[in-house]
This record gives sequence, structure tokens and C-alpha cells, in this order.
Amino acid sequence: MKKRLLSMLSLLFLGILLAGAINAQGTRITGKVTDAADGSALIGVTIQEKGTSNGTLTDGSGNFALTVSTSATLIVSYVGYTTQEIPVNNRTSFNVSLAIGALNLNEVVVIGYGTVAKKDVTGSISAVSEREFNKGSVSSPQALITGKIPGVTVVSAGGDPSAATTIRIRGGSSMSASNDPLIVIDGVPIDNRSVSGMPNALNLLNSNDIESFTVLKDASATAIYGSRASNGVILITTKKGLLNKALKVTYDGSVSFGTKTGQIDVLNTQEFIKAVINKYGAASAAGKLLTFDNTNWQDKVYQTAISNDHNLSFSGSFKTIPFRASVGFTDQSGLLKTSGLDRVTGSLNVNPSFFNNSLTVTINSKFMHINNRFANWGAIGSAMAFDPTKPVYSGSDLYGGYWTWEQTPGGLPVTIATSNPVSQLYQRNDKSGVNRVLGNVQLDYKVPFIPELKATLNLGGDFSKSVGHVDVPEIAAWSFDAANGGGTKSYYDQHLKNELLDFYLNYKKDLPSINSRIDATAGYEWQYFYRNDSTYSSNVAGTHNIYNPLHSATEDYLVSFFGRVNYVLAEKYMLTATFRADGSSRFATGNKWGMFPSLAFAWDMKQEGFLKNASAVSVLKLRLGYGITGQQDIISGTATTLVDYPYLPIYAYGQSTAQYQFGNTFITTIRPAGYDKNIKWEQTTTYNVGLDFGFLNNKITGTIDVYDRPTKDMINIIPPAAGTNLTNQIITNIGNMVNKGVEFSLNYRAIQKQDIDWTIGLNATFNHNEITKLTSSNDPSYRGVVTGGIAGGVGNYIEINSVGYASRSFYVYEQVYDADGKPIEGLYVDRNGDGKFSDLDKYRAGSPDAKVLAGISSTLRYKNLDFSFSGRLSLGNLVYNNMSSNYGSYSEIYRSVGFLANLNRSVLKTNFANPQYWSDYYLEDGSFFKMDNMTLGYNVRKLFNEKSNMRIYGSVQNLFTITRYTGLDPEIYGGIDNNIYPRPRTFMLGVNVEF
Amino acid sequence: MNKKHLKILSASIVVMLLAFTSCVKDLNTVPIDPKVITSANVYKDANAYYGVLAKCYAGLAVSGQQGPAGDPDISGIDEGFSQYLRQYFNAQELPTDEAVIAWNDGTLRNYHEQNWTPSGEFIGAMYNRLYYQISLCNEFIRESSDAKIDSRGITGADKTAVQTYRAEARFLRALSYWHAIDLFGNVPFVDENSEVGSTPPQQITRANLFTYIESELKAIDGSLLTPKSVYGRADQAAAWMLLGKLYLNAKVYTGTDRYTDCITYMKKVIAANKYSLTTNYANVFKADNNTSNEIIFPINFDGIHTQTYGGTTYLINAEVGGSMIPGDFGLKGQWAGLRVTSAYVDKFSDITGATDKRAMFYTSGQNKAIVDVFSFTDGYAITKWTNKTSTGANGSDLTYTDTDFPVFRLADAYLMYAEAVVRGGTGGSQTDALTYVNLIRERAYGNTSGDLAAYGDITLQFLLDENAREFLWECHRRTDLIRFQSFSKSTYLWPWKGAVAAGKSLDDYHMDLFPIPSTDINANPNLTQNLGY
Repeated sequence: MKKRLLSMLSLLFLGILLAGAINAQGTRITGKVTDAADGSALIGVTIQEKGTSNGTLTDGSGNFALTVSTSATLIVSYVGYTTQEIPVNNRTSFNVSLAIGALNLNEVVVIGYGTVAKKDVTGSISAVSEREFNKGSVSSPQALITGKIPGVTVVSAGGDPSAATTIRIRGGSSMSASNDPLIVIDGVPIDNRSVSGMPNALNLLNSNDIESFTVLKDASATAIYGSRASNGVILITTKKGLLNKALKVTYDGSVSFGTKTGQIDVLNTQEFIKAVINKYGAASAAGKLLTFDNTNWQDKVYQTAISNDHNLSFSGSFKTIPFRASVGFTDQSGLLKTSGLDRVTGSLNVNPSFFNNSLTVTINSKFMHINNRFANWGAIGSAMAFDPTKPVYSGSDLYGGYWTWEQTPGGLPVTIATSNPVSQLYQRNDKSGVNRVLGNVQLDYKVPFIPELKATLNLGGDFSKSVGHVDVPEIAAWSFDAANGGGTKSYYDQHLKNELLDFYLNYKKDLPSINSRIDATAGYEWQYFYRNDSTYSSNVAGTHNIYNPLHSATEDYLVSFFGRVNYVLAEKYMLTATFRADGSSRFATGNKWGMFPSLAFAWDMKQEGFLKNASAVSVLKLRLGYGITGQQDIISGTATTLVDYPYLPIYAYGQSTAQYQFGNTFITTIRPAGYDKNIKWEQTTTYNVGLDFGFLNNKITGTIDVYDRPTKDMINIIPPAAGTNLTNQIITNIGNMVNKGVEFSLNYRAIQKQDIDWTIGLNATFNHNEITKLTSSNDPSYRGVVTGGIAGGVGNYIEINSVGYASRSFYVYEQVYDADGKPIEGLYVDRNGDGKFSDLDKYRAGSPDAKVLAGISSTLRYKNLDFSFSGRLSLGNLVYNNMSSNYGSYSEIYRSVGFLANLNRSVLKTNFANPQYWSDYYLEDGSFFKMDNMTLGYNVRKLFNEKSNMRIYGSVQNLFTITRYTGLDPEIYGGIDNNIYPRPRTFMLGVNVEF
Repeated sequence: MNKKHLKILSASIVVMLLAFTSCVKDLNTVPIDPKVITSANVYKDANAYYGVLAKCYAGLAVSGQQGPAGDPDISGIDEGFSQYLRQYFNAQELPTDEAVIAWNDGTLRNYHEQNWTPSGEFIGAMYNRLYYQISLCNEFIRESSDAKIDSRGITGADKTAVQTYRAEARFLRALSYWHAIDLFGNVPFVDENSEVGSTPPQQITRANLFTYIESELKAIDGSLLTPKSVYGRADQAAAWMLLGKLYLNAKVYTGTDRYTDCITYMKKVIAANKYSLTTNYANVFKADNNTSNEIIFPINFDGIHTQTYGGTTYLINAEVGGSMIPGDFGLKGQWAGLRVTSAYVDKFSDITGATDKRAMFYTSGQNKAIVDVFSFTDGYAITKWTNKTSTGANGSDLTYTDTDFPVFRLADAYLMYAEAVVRGGTGGSQTDALTYVNLIRERAYGNTSGDLAAYGDITLQFLLDENAREFLWECHRRTDLIRFQSFSKSTYLWPWKGAVAAGKSLDDYHMDLFPIPSTDINANPNLTQNLGY
């Protein structure tokens, strides 16, 4: 079916091509671009033929040459300068002088299925281009924009180079469906679901290949992506070659060193010995377990993380074919010993034009191969808890030589004892290798007989193949099995496919008679997702604990029709209307289609008479937007088949380890799964009011947005009435939630002179999240659905989703303190006033999400020297210190089965005898200010010749954190501090050479 | 625009429309994984009924489709915790004199402290497990009606087999409804006529549910296998035992005693003459107890094929701690959780096991008195459950045990018979009652030294204590204490009942029933909470 469609569309295209093939006629122009202020040459200015990808950059003397059609209009743009549009009008020579300072009004912004002039934007859109990227992010592209955009939070899962990164735009809109934004790379929407062996899906991209990130935040901007737009859309554009440009070679290289910023506060050896002896006595069974080494386990598991990164790119034109090719190599080791990755990336973009530029073909391709070695994060907790009086190595060969808690001296390991953290790292070999290819071919065709009409066909694909294995040797103490042979041999592979076909028509026309412009797009999109997973696991010998090849394959489709009209009246009033109809194979017939409309209006007040001549005000634009977006991405964590077929009565075979015995035969079970035959799209409505402003000739520019985003019919996992389904937690549409907030960004160009310039950027976000409905009825005694699993005991939770509170609110007891401010063990405030202590006394103490997030960044350039920094402020985020609560009581120090464990120093303050997991004592204010990045660079111009440049720079990431939080790092997505891989402080030296 | 252009354009539009139509059809997908089937096609294969029935049984044994964990049946609680028998054990044993646990997991401690609330997750998980099991059986019963199997062309021996499976599923549903009537009382009622995704069910009174379970068990008697046909499958004797349980506790459930009916069915079990007491008491709880001739209805476990973190894996691993050597129990590790209170220890005059072999205490390094519930060494440990076989060999795995759990065994029938007689039921004889009690005593003592001299020695207090000695950690205790009005009242206190070392009581019968979990009160507007909560 897909193939048939493809061939039909190709035919269609061919038809249009043939119909419109006329002789191409070009003319060669030359020119020079200078600074309006002092007449000096401007280097690297973009000269582009309007409406095409044909363009070039000025050379070291400010000169350019380009072949364009005689009727073309040139767009001359340079960051920080006012863009000019110059009709060619048969001239061949141009002298252009650009003025500093004014906002780049003609700047084009990428939106879904096209671009729009920035001045015509009606929605809430933020773009970050290469110049504003955070420097020094080696393998995680998300980090390029951390703290740069109001309303966008980017939190890594820790300092592991392979770690997943969570992006949230204006808080999460959903509970049990995905809260990840849709990411579109060069027009190809990426599958949100994770790739095996590659926790961070954007590892695919080499940061050096990225030109810009555009974040679509409100529904009027995102609704064109309909079903997957509820959490915002991030459009990533990669760099392209320019026509007629001499070959430019760029090398970027860096080397960095990461060190740990601190360690978790545990008892030192003397304190530990004292604590054991005080509680049990030196002659007790516990006391006898003490020995006399002095090991700082946290020093034993961390290392200096050394990384290096090399990228080479070539861009220019091969004859009339602009191209850019790049290759990158990254070798990154992690702070936790054994963790690291190496990665090779490649990209090739070509974008030739044919038939007098009426047909532009853009081919983007990216390739990546990554090898990850995942360290056992369990070692982080074990390093905290392991008895400091024990050595790393036992001196015997038993258990690989690692010191181990044994049931009897030289005997079997104590299985529930803390594992030797060094052995956890070195005796577990967890590796993955992933190949991934992402590419698309886009044909843009200007229909010759209707010059205002452009047709676009975009064919894209994202393919990945992952293989991974986990090996634990038989001698590893924590996996030892004397009778059956222990260890682990496990293997997984995964094959993912995501195919895309877009076809859309764009019609742009000026209607001078009614002082209007119109820009309309209508199109069709087809996407196919396929995944195929296999896993196998057994002991090393392959004889026991065999979890037989678990093999699953599943697929889903999305088919969409969409349209958008931008209407501009008198260059003052702008209206955007979009509509998208999305069909998903995940819902039953009758529920498959979702309709997602949006409407936005903008008023460019600067164009009004009363402001036209007000010199203090350079930009003032009011934006109003409304729209509905949808959601069908049911989160993983449920079985894959349930994600793709939540409406079907599915029966599935059990594994050979979950059989049932009748007589002497083991029968493989067949289980019917719960389902909701009526499940449908989740819908989020967004109301947005925004104001864009610029004062003092755009010395100060900024944006304020206020939004209200109610979500209804949430795809939510809730308990159905007992007995009515084949599960106790069903995925269904129930519940409402709201996110309300204000976003603010301000850019101040403090100094803008020939030799010196200084800009300061500020942004801030206030978001309020509240669940307004959770279940079909609302019984007041119903507390909600617990969530947020913690370490300590088994199956303990610290958070809850309840009506009237933020999602994932901490759900704890209120600690009672004595006169000295010491917590009284087990004594909590009787919050419900029933005179007794029970779980009904728990209260919702607040949310792990910050109330206020702010970012600050600044760049100062003086001649060839530049200095920049960026930092972030987070206020009001609570953190549950699980490292402290789990090892914060004396009962943990000794277990009668025969082992000791170190304690968190909090025990010296609390004196707790038994764990008090739910005491709000462990709930801390996680507010922080972080200096994410500080960079000092020096430019060497004309290194080898006129064209060549070199920049050398040094940067520090994660320079310092100011916080009252007592744990290691308060920046934790989800707010539970447990075994978080510490983020290193990284020192980097880099060089960028262009010639 | 000239004519040629127009033609090409209109042709293109037609082509596009065709293409779009065909792609919209892509949205009608069916699962491509051959292991995934739907209710529309699964039952065409006669063998599939056996697989779904196996799942109905496995609902008592494993927590999900992967084993030991993964792809769970119910969620909202750690999967290991969610296993049926583990939940049932906790609900029936932890609130009593027979067990304390060293783990401070969630509201687990509330069980022994007898201060549970409707929002406790363990009570919620027990309830959810019951209704999962009931819904699972309902689905099978619905899909295996004569009309449905006829319509699928299943005939002959296949049809007879499916009819038997259906009766077994009805037994399993009755078993879970018995647990529901015992633990929660007035509960929502669903049967095979309640389709998946239907509106919230009505609440049934305890008395009406009693009648329903009774009628179900009687109705299936002719369809079940005869006693001891296939090990592991519920047969007529299993149904008789369940009826006996229902009748013995009828006064608690309905206010009307049915001891005579209890005697009737216990006589049937005994008269079947298929079961005998295993000579060595300890062998009933070992890894090869599937060979025991005493077990009437087991839940089967296997270290390789039926893996779980619940069931006997939980019982045996949690039983071992302190200075106990895991290897002595066919284990490689120990979870160090379960012990008994001193009140239980005092049921034995000689705790060494030299006199009554059922005194299977581990005392080395253990304190009889419990100062700290969360310290494994406080309270005597127990050695009754093991993953060693009767010949001393290890089970097939050192974590996941082979030991089956006897839901009903002959000794139970004997003591139920005796109690029903003592409580005034007719149709039995005092002589037989004494004989049966002494059969149990003689097995326990290894000789007649522990025999009761006369029928009159079988007092109610003796029966309560003898049940404790015989059925420690077999999920009987809470039900027994309630039947003897000793569970929630101050008449019988044990250490840490009511969260104090000496034991105290709310002295309120409402604790004899657990509350309906607040999740279901909220989800089902037809429900009224049990009194007192």
C-alpha cells in the first residue's frame, strides 16, 4: 500500500515537472557587504535568493558572488544586523551596507510544514540558533538549549554520558500518556518511544550539525501537528550547504575532564565503628563483624571522566549542487567507573535546484553508530552503604577477589547484603551497540503555471538496529548459585522503523487590492511505526533461569490531513487558522479520528499610527491563540501490545517460567488482558496571550506569554470498579488536569560597538499544575493513586496523584520535633484529627516541579576575545532525600543474617532507630542556582589565509550550584534522590578551525 | 492555465484521492505478533481452553505472565507483593498471634498492629487480586458455555473436557468468593454475565453471597473430576472441602450455623478413601510434597516452571534469617522476615519438637519476646516450610521453590469434622471425632502419648490451639480466631496486637472484616463501606 502510494505520488510529481519544465535562465552577480557604522567588511553574511536554498556567504573581505535568476530578490542577513531584501532587477553588482541593532524582522522561522516570516508569527514560538547554544555539550543535543527558552525544562537523568534526558514544555499535560514533546528533525517526526540500548534518542544527532532548535509552545503553533502536539513540538534543523560557495572545511575538536562535585555524606570509619559498638557492643555478633580497613567507597567507584570529540565538516557546492558533509567522533567516559560511550556520526545534505530553481530537492541523511557501556548504577547506593572497615579486595580468589559478605567465612554470599560496589561495576558488563539512520528526501516544486503554488513531497525514514548484552560471571557474589550455576548471560536486540510520507501544497499570494497577504497550506501525512524486540536471559551456563527468547513485534499507523491559512491585513492584523484530522490505528473504528483546530490572532501595534513614529518602541505585537491538540502516545511500562491495541481483547501466552502444573505436565498459560474498547484521543486545549516587545531600537527585546492549558479525557491509568475488567488498572480516558503559567524572556544588548558587544538574556517561567478530576466519581475518602517508588523496603511510594493537587505531589507524614529541634521518631502530626496514627494522616506536601524556573545567559565580546556564561535558577522544587531516608536509621547498620552497612550522616541528627521513609523530614527544599556553563574564547582571524579562522576556547560546565539541599544535587526529574548518577564538573578545551 | 495543464492537474488529483483512501485503510491493524491473539480467534483451538484454564489456576501461583516478575496481572503494588497466596498469607496470618514480619514496607505493619485503613495498599492488593481472579474465571466461564463451544465446532471428547474445565473455573471463582466473603464481607458481585468494561456492579450481602457460593459448588459437583484424578486440578473433593469451610464458618458469614452440612461434606471427603495422613508431618511442607497423599487441593509451584516472589518462595525465603543457614532450606539467600509471637510458642509445652514434632522453632540467636518487630532476631523463627525434599535434596532452584502449598489437606477435614461435631452438628459421631483428632495427634507425636483420652477433652479451646499447632502459616489463623471470637476482642491478646508490646485490642468486632479499599469505594458508587470504617 505504501509502495503504491509512493509510486503514485512520484508519477504525480513527474507530471507536474514535465508540465512546467521551462528553460532555466540565470545571471551571475557579485557584491560586497559592509558595516553601515564604519564601512568595515562583514564576513560570513548570508546572501540568499528568496524562496530558494540558493545562497552563499561573504568571504574574508566581505565579497560574494552568486548565480541567480534575473528576477530574483536577494535576502542579505547577518546575526545582530537588520536583514535586507534587495530585488536584483537585472543588476549584476551590489554594495550592501548592513546596520547593527535592529531586530531581525525578516528572519524566517521554521514552523510545521513550512516557514513563516518572524514578523508574521501569531503563535508562541521560540527559536535558538547555533550562536546561542550552550557550549561544551558533547553527546547530548538537548543540553544545547538547557535554560535558554522560557517554559522549556531539560533535565538529564544524571551525569551518565548515555543518560536519557527529559524535556518538558509548559509542564506535563498528561498523566499516563507521554509528556515528551514531539521532536521533528528536518521534517521527520521522531518516534517518542525509546530505542533499546540508547537511552537518549537524540544521541543520533551530532551537536555540531545542528543549525537551530525551534520550539512551538502554544496550540496555535503546534496544532498543525495535531495528535502528537500536546506536549509541544521541537523542530530541529540541521546545517545545509549553500550554492556556489567555495568549499569550506570546519574542524571542531575538544577534550574535557569531568570530576565529581562532592560525595554523599556518610559516617566516617570512626563514627561507623562507634555506632556499631554503641548499639550492639564490641563483643556482639555485630561488633565481631568489624574489621580494620578504612575504605572510602565513594572514591573507589568514581573516576575522572575524560572525553574527546572531533568533528570535520565540508560544505560548499559540487558544481551546482550545494552540499554539506560531516563526520564526527566522540569518545566519552563517565564519572562512574566503566561507564562511557563512543560514537561515530555522519551526515550528508545535498539540496540542488533544477528547472530554473522551480524544483528544489533536499536530501538529508544522518547516520550514527554508538557503543554504550552502561555502568551498574546500583554501585552508587552500595558505595554509600558499604561497610567502610572492609577492603575492596579480599585477597582470596573467591567471588573474583572482591571482598564479600559471606554466610560463614569462605562460604556462600549473604544474598541480601550490600554488594561490593567495585565488583558491581567490574563484574557486570552491560554493553549496547546501536546503528541508526535518519533521512529524508524533500521535493519542493513551484508550480509554473500557478506561480503562487508550491508543492512539497517529503519522504522520510528513521531506522535503527540495537543489540546489547549483559554479562555477569558465575563468580560474581550477587549472582552466585552453587547448585545450578549462577551469573547472567542476557541478550537483546531491537529493530525499529519509522516511515513518513508528507505531501502538501502551499499557496502564497499578495492581494494588494485589499491590502492583504494570504499564505495557505494543505496536506496529507502518512506515518508507519514498527518495532521488533527480542530478549533472552539465562545463567552463564545457559542451563538455568532461562527466560526464553521473548520476541515481540508490533506496529501502528498515523494518517493525517492538515491545513493552515495565514492571513495578514494591512501588515497589522494577522490571523492563523489551522486544522488537522489525525487517524490512529491505536483506537477502535469510530474513535480513530481526532480533530484538532486552532485559531490565532496577532496585532502588530507598531504598525499603527500611534506607535509608528514612537522611536522608543521598536516592536510591539499582541498575540492571542486558542487551539486543541491531542495525544495518543500511551506510555511504555505497559506491554507493547497494549500500547498499540488498548481497545482489543488481547490474549497472550505466558513465558515458560510462568507455567502451571497439572499432574506432571507444565501448561503454558494464556491470559486475557484488560482493555477499554472505547478508548480515544486525549485532548488538551491551550489559551495563550502573548506580547512581543522591543524598545530603544531593539536594545531591549522580549516576550511575555500567559497560558492556560486544560487537558480533558486524559489517557490515564485508573482503577476500574473491581470485577468489571481483567485488570485492576485500566488505561482509559478519564480525568482532567490543568497547567497555567506565565513565561517571560528578555534580551538586553547592553553594548553594541565595533570592538565590543555585550548581551544579557533572561528568561523566567511560572507554571502551576493541578489535577482537577481523576476518576469517574469523586469520593472524598479517596486519596488518589500513589506513585514515585523509593528505595527502602519493597514497593514503597512517596508521591500521589490526587484531585486538587499537582500531579506527583509528595505524600508524607508531618514530622513532630522536640524542643531541641530533633525529630521524634515515629511521632507525626495527627492531620486528620482522629486521635490515632494511621496512613490517613499523610498529607500532600508539595510538588517536585519548580514553581519558578529562570535562566540567565550573557555574552561579552571584546575584539577577538569572547566570554559567556549561562546559569539557571529553580525555586520551590521539593526533593525527597531517599539516600538519607534509606540509610538514615541505626537498624540498617546491622542485619542478623550477618552484615553491616554504613549510614547516611543524617542519622547523627535524627537518631532514628528504624527507617521513617514517609517523614517529611526527608523532604527538602531543592531550590537551586546552577552555573551551567562558563566559556572563554579567542578568535584568531586569517589564520592561514583570508578565509581561515580559528577559535580556541575553554569552558567549565556545572561550575557551581547554590542550594540548601543536603544531598548531592537537587536537580532531579521527579524529585526522588536515589542512586542518581552524579553530574560531573567538566573542564573543556576546544578548538574550531575554518578554512 | 492551458488545457494540457488542466488535464494533468485533474488526473493528479484523482490519483491522490485514490492513494489517500488506500492509506486510511492502513489504520485498521491487527496484532502482528503471532503470540498475541484476540478473543475472536483464541477459542477456535480446543487446546487453548486448557491454556486459559491453566491461567485461572496460575492466578493463584504466579504474579504475571513472565515469572518471577514482569508483565504483571495486577499493578499499583510491587509485583512480588501482588501474588495471590502472598497477599492471602499476609491477610490471614500477619494480623494474628502466628506471625510478625520484619519489613517496614508501606502499610504492611498495619496488619499485625490491627490499625489498617481503607487506603492501605496491602488490603487494596488483596482485594484486587481476588477480583482479578474472579474476572479471569468469569471470562473463561463466559467463553466456554455450551452455546459458545458448539458455535465454534468443538465436539466429542474436546467438548466434555471443556465442560470439566468450566466447572473447575467455577470452583476457582467460588474459592475466591469464599476469600472475599471471609475477608471483606459484603462485596461487589460479578459473574460471567458481566461483560468486560461493564458498569460498576452491585454490592451483594454476605448472606446472599454465601448462598451463591454454596449453589455454585453444588452445581458443579457432577462436572468435576472424581477425587485424586489429576494432581493440581480441583476435583470433587476440593469442592467438598470448600463447602465444608463455608458451612463451618456459616455462623460468621450469615448468622446461621450449618455444622451438620459441614459434617456431611467432611464425611464425603473421608469416605472417598483416597487420602491418608503423611507419616512424617514435616514432609507435607517440603519440595517434593506433591507426592504427599494427604493433599486434597494444592497450589503448585516449581523452581523452574512456576517462578514467583510470592507463594512458597515467599514463605520459605522470608522464614529464613538470623543465624539460620539458607543452604539448610534449599536456598541460596534469606529474606529474614517472618517469625511467631510468644503467644504462639506457648501453645507447645515442649518447644524442642522432641514431643510434638509440629513445634518447628528455630531459637538459636532468637529472642522469644519481641522488643522490636523489625528485628528478625526478636521472636522465634520457624523451620516448617522448606525447599529441601524429603530425602534432603535441594529443590530445582535455590530461590524459587518447588514446594506446593496445600490449600486443603486431609488433616483439615479431620479437625473440621471434629469441630462441627463439638459445635453440635449432627450426622457425625463423637467416636469418629475423637479418632480423627487422635490420628492427627499420633502423627504429631509419633506415638499415642499425645492422644486425647476422651471425646470430652475436645474442647473449643483445644480445637483453636490444635488448629494453630497443626496449620501454622497455612492461611487458616485469622478465620479460625474470628470463628472462636478471639480475633478482635480483648479476650485474647498477643504481643504487638494493637501496636503495643503486651498487646491490646480495639475490642470492636468491625475489625473482623477488612474495609472495602477506598479505591473501589471511589470507583464504584454502588458500594457501602463496611461498618466501623
